[in-house]
Amino acid sequence: MTPQTRLVEVRTRVLKQNDVVARALRERFQESGSFVVSLVSSPGAGKTLLLEATLRAFRDRCRVAALVGDLETDNDARRLARTGVPIRQINTGTVCHLEAEMVRQALSDWSIGPIDILFLENVGNLVCPATYDLGEQLRAVVFSVTEGEDKPLKYPTILHTADLAIISKIDLAAAAEFDRSAARANLRAVRHDLPILELSAKTGAGMEAWLTLIEKRRAMCV
Amino acid sequence: MHELSVALEIISIASEAADDSGGGTVKVVRLRLGPLAGVDAQALIGAYAIAREGTMLAEAELVVDELPIVARCPHCRRDRVLQSILAICCPECGALDLRVVSGRELEVTTLEIES
Repeated sequence: MTPQTRLVEVRTRVLKQNDVVARALRERFQESGSFVVSLVSSPGAGKTLLLEATLRAFRDRCRVAALVGDLETDNDARRLARTGVPIRQINTGTVCHLEAEMVRQALSDWSIGPIDILFLENVGNLVCPATYDLGEQLRAVVFSVTEGEDKPLKYPTILHTADLAIISKIDLAAAAEFDRSAARANLRAVRHDLPILELSAKTGAGMEAWLTLIEKRRAMCV
Repeated sequence: MHELSVALEIISIASEAADDSGGGTVKVVRLRLGPLAGVDAQALIGAYAIAREGTMLAEAELVVDELPIVARCPHCRRDRVLQSILAICCPECGALDLRVVSGRELEVTTLEIES
C-alpha cells in the first residue's frame, strides 16, 4: 500500500503564546494604572544613561521602577540602583531579546507596590526585539549620533514596532559629523508618522521634551 | 538570532497539531512569513533543521511562503503591494501616510502528513 498524504489545516500564529502573555500584561498594567515604557537600541546607544537620567527626573514626582535586560551581569541594575528607585535585572542567558514571559516572571515575585511608570530596558539589539511584544504602552527606539545616519534604513523592522524614535548623544553630534537632516529623512522614509526626539542624557538637552511626552502619553493611557 | 526560539515554537505547534489530527509522519510544515515579522527565512530554515532532530518532525521540511507588505493608501483608497520595507510609500501617488494592512504574518498554516 502506498502511503496516503493528508493535509491538516493549522493556522496558528507562531508567537501566539508571547502575544497572549503580552496582552495579559497590558491589561494588568492598565488596570493597576501603571504606564509602561520600553527602550530598544543597539548595544552602546545610551539606553542605560537615558534611563538613569529619566528615573532621577521622575523619582520625586511619581513612583517609578525599571526592569533591565542583559545576557549576563547585573552591572546595569547596580548602576541604576544608585537612583534609589526599585530596579530588577533580567538575565536572558543566551537569549538576545526580552520576551513577555520574562517580564511576567520578573514582576510576579517583586513586591514593590503600585508603580506609576515602569521602564523596561531591552537587551541591546535592534533585530530580535522587533518580534516580541512585551505589553508596553510606549516603545522608544534609540539611535545614537555615533551610529551613522543610515541606521534606520539598516534596521527598518524595529521601527515598525516603535511609538517613538530617539536620537541620543546629541552632545557628540558635531564631533561625529552627524548629519541631522539625513538621519531624520531616513527615519521618515521608514516611518513617516513616527515622532522623533533628539536629546543628550549627559547634558540634559532635549530631556524635558522626552519627560513631557511620557507624561502626556501616560495621561492618555491611564 | 532569535530564529532558533521561533523554530522551537513552530515545532511545538506543529507537533501538537499533528497529534491532534491522529498522528503519522509529518512531511511538510508550511509557514506564512511577512517582512515585518522580523524573522529571516533562511536563518529560520537553518535553525529549524537543527531543532527538528529527535522530534516527531525529524522528516518534515519547513516550507516558508514569504508574503509582501500590503498597505492602504488613503488618497487612492486602494491597497498597495509594496516592494520594500524601506519605502512605505504609495507606488501610484507617492503618498507616505499609508496604513500597513498586512506583512506581520508569522503563522503555521498547514501540515502534510503521511499515514
